[in-house]
Amino acid sequence: MSLEVRNLTVNHGAITALSDISFTVPEGELVAIIGANGAGKSTLLRTLSGLKDASHGTATWKGHNLLSGKAETHVRQGVAHVSEGMSVIPELTVEENLDLGAIWRRNKSEAATTKAEVFDLFPRLQERINQSADTLSGGERQMLAIGRAMMSKPQLLLLDEPSLGLAPLLVKQIFDAISNISRQYGLSVVLVEQNAMGALKIASSGIVLNLGRVAMTGTSQELISDPAVQAAYLGY
Amino acid sequence: MFQFINTLLIGITSGAIYALMALAIVLVWRSTRVINFAQAGQALASTYFGYQALQYIDSFWIALIIAMAGGAILSALIEVIFMRILLKHTTSGAIAGVAPIIATLGLLEIIRTLVTLKWGGADVIVKAPLSNTGFSIGSNTLVFSPMKLAIIAVVTVLLLVFSVIFQKTSIGLSLRASAFSPELARLAGIRVDRIRTLGWAFSGATGAVAGLLLVTNGNGSLSPASLEFSLLLISGFIAAVIGGLESLLGSVVGGVALGIITAFVLMYISDSLFFIAPFVVLLLVLFIRPQGVLGKKGGRRA
Ligand SMILES: Nc1ncnc2c1ncn2[C@@H]1O[C@H](COP(=O)(O)OP(=O)(O)OP(=O)(O)O)[C@@H](O)[C@H]1O
Ligand SMILES: [Mg+2]
Repeated sequence: MSLEVRNLTVNHGAITALSDISFTVPEGELVAIIGANGAGKSTLLRTLSGLKDASHGTATWKGHNLLSGKAETHVRQGVAHVSEGMSVIPELTVEENLDLGAIWRRNKSEAATTKAEVFDLFPRLQERINQSADTLSGGERQMLAIGRAMMSKPQLLLLDEPSLGLAPLLVKQIFDAISNISRQYGLSVVLVEQNAMGALKIASSGIVLNLGRVAMTGTSQELISDPAVQAAYLGY
Repeated sequence: MFQFINTLLIGITSGAIYALMALAIVLVWRSTRVINFAQAGQALASTYFGYQALQYIDSFWIALIIAMAGGAILSALIEVIFMRILLKHTTSGAIAGVAPIIATLGLLEIIRTLVTLKWGGADVIVKAPLSNTGFSIGSNTLVFSPMKLAIIAVVTVLLLVFSVIFQKTSIGLSLRASAFSPELARLAGIRVDRIRTLGWAFSGATGAVAGLLLVTNGNGSLSPASLEFSLLLISGFIAAVIGGLESLLGSVVGGVALGIITAFVLMYISDSLFFIAPFVVLLLVLFIRPQGVLGKKGGRRA
């Protein structure tokens, strides 16, 4: 089961945010998408999760075209999206945020098992289970956002800048957690990041977006050692 | 002292009814971001549903449940047939902010007219299930009556049921998540459109109870032209604003507070202030705590 994106074009009114994008995320692999502000990274994830309509192209996952369904049906196909900027509901408690992630699942005892797995992954969340999410630190919120996504037992995880606004030590923890999750559950992951080095280190391959187009693709090693990528995104 | 207790109990009773209306307004506001002025008409129509039911059955309480069901269905239909289409067509520009207000005001008149066509313009009587003669303490008779006690009990039970639904069930979680973040709710697989309709249905049922209790708290007379329902809407709206407009608990606190304050003003200052007192309370709250008594600055509460 791989994600195949072909000739994807997405507009925001008159602005073309993505034009003619194609790439593949092989099953169980973690692909990093890097690019500057406004490159179209969030637009790409929002289109794949059904929040935004595409103008042209296809995105095939498990035989379904993700571009024709709605967000509320995508999650039932195993697609989970952690949107940009702490994707939690601050008015709800930690546990309610997690339960929200599994709300469409019929089998509540399986959902409880998943919750226990999420707590194993992020013990901090269990300690704060009854706290309202707006009392969490930035790192804890990001854990909660990822935990909420995990609660739907996804096979394809779309992560939008999970390291945004976190202290360096936490950034490393979050990246490690993502890498573990991907390997442990055999998840396909699309990881959007401005922290290009951190993302490429845990990814098997990467895609560089520039002004809505694919500027470069390659394995993580190729991109890390590419002089142009180094100059533009890795800060050498 | 006797006077004080009497006034307090009257205040709590009308406050409980305002609280229901406030709750109805907040439920719609949270799910659709619309202040629904038609709510006064919906409560009126639902009260007539209850009146109609009482022509066939004896039990006021069963009539109340029928009125709630009718109110819920009416409200859900308004959301599906009317608001959903309206909001789809007016998404931007100056008109987007005003259109829903004008539309719900129009709807209010339409409902009132339909009610008049169906039941006529003359007063009808909804008989209270319990005595409206006050309890006696020694030689003194309170205004507070068995019916008023029942009103407080009904509202309390309804609020408890609501709080269990909202806090403990996955329907409640869906309602809250959809209100606070429709986008995250959709990502979690919630069909936000349906949940919105459900929010309207809850609101309609709550408004129905407010309407029937309003009439039986008074002298039982009901007519489409009655000012009482407009006042109920205004009091409910003021109570909702006092509570911060987002908070279910806040709207209840706001309603009861408004009821008590109004009762004391009427009793101890002048009953010519009947129309003005709620507005003065509203202005004071807006000056002192514009986010509402329970609202947080720039924030929202469950
Ligand atoms: N809702 C919107 N309406 C209009 N234009 C938008 C909208 N969302 C994004 N855009 C535009 O589309 C382009 C791509 O935006 P997008 O948010 O996808 O970039 P990004 O790569 O995620 O940037 P960042 O790293 O800053 O998050 C930008 O030019 C942006 O201004
Ligand atoms: Mg972005």
